[in-house]
Amino acid sequence: MEFENTSADKTLREVVGHDGVPDFVDPNWLARQDKEREIETKLILGSNFHGWNVSENIIAEKNLSNDPWEFGYAVAASRPLQLAASAHDCTFCLEKFQAGVEMYGGLGDRHSFGIHLTSQYLGPTINWTAPNGTTLLFSPQFGLNDYSVPCLYRFGISYEIEQFLGHFHRGGN
Amino acid sequence: MIRKMSLLLPPLIFLSTALVLASADGAWLAKVPARDHERANPYQEQPDAIAAGRRIFLDHCSKCHGENAEGTKKRPPLRSHRVQQQATVGDLHWLLVNGNMKKGMPSWSKLPDPQIWQVISYVKSLHEQ
Repeated sequence: MEFENTSADKTLREVVGHDGVPDFVDPNWLARQDKEREIETKLILGSNFHGWNVSENIIAEKNLSNDPWEFGYAVAASRPLQLAASAHDCTFCLEKFQAGVEMYGGLGDRHSFGIHLTSQYLGPTINWTAPNGTTLLFSPQFGLNDYSVPCLYRFGISYEIEQFLGHFHRGGN
Repeated sequence: MIRKMSLLLPPLIFLSTALVLASADGAWLAKVPARDHERANPYQEQPDAIAAGRRIFLDHCSKCHGENAEGTKKRPPLRSHRVQQQATVGDLHWLLVNGNMKKGMPSWSKLPDPQIWQVISYVKSLHEQ
């Protein structure tokens, strides 16, 4: 669950409701006057199968003003370029790269649920994990209909803190 | 009423202690299905797999189990009789895939299967202490 307090937010990291090309029409000075306070809930499902990681997200977002609930989704599948690890330390070997495909888009709102007048995107993803565990992501996304932005480039950086909750458990296996 | 309670207390303490002991270290071994118990490691005793497993171990396992699998204050050693003799490679694979969250052991199903087997090759190459 997230709380967002934004204005002039034109990023399309994820899409809900009828987000799309019309959101980019207003200039920033005008968009800044529109404050948005939103609660976003997200159900994240993931599974691993024969080296593939498949994940599905269902997003429900509510603007705390009198707007209806808006919905969105994302599905992705990715796989390391090499499943077995190398015997020697390496930085750019195939096991450090993960390639896949992602699709995401809006699903309308409570009053008009569905894909009519929503933007939809599809594109490849490529990750590289550095030796210190930091992961860099690049993903060009292509709009699938006239309501979508024709092309988006997404860059990401992440670091997973492993066993964060595990430190609070007693040991013994 | 209080007298009845005091009579019930010792057996209750005994029962709860027995339950705690029954669910203590190694209880996960009883949960492993026979099919998983008998699985074979495709990388068994392969020097390259052991070296790769050591690298994966250092990246993901050593924070809890120690750099040389000697264990830490909170986490068990992997050079124990249970891991080296009692558990089969199939048992260890099952534990790595499913985890044992009650004991703080997470699932490592995010690792590709060959890497899980490589870690097991490394762990099984260690000597019992």
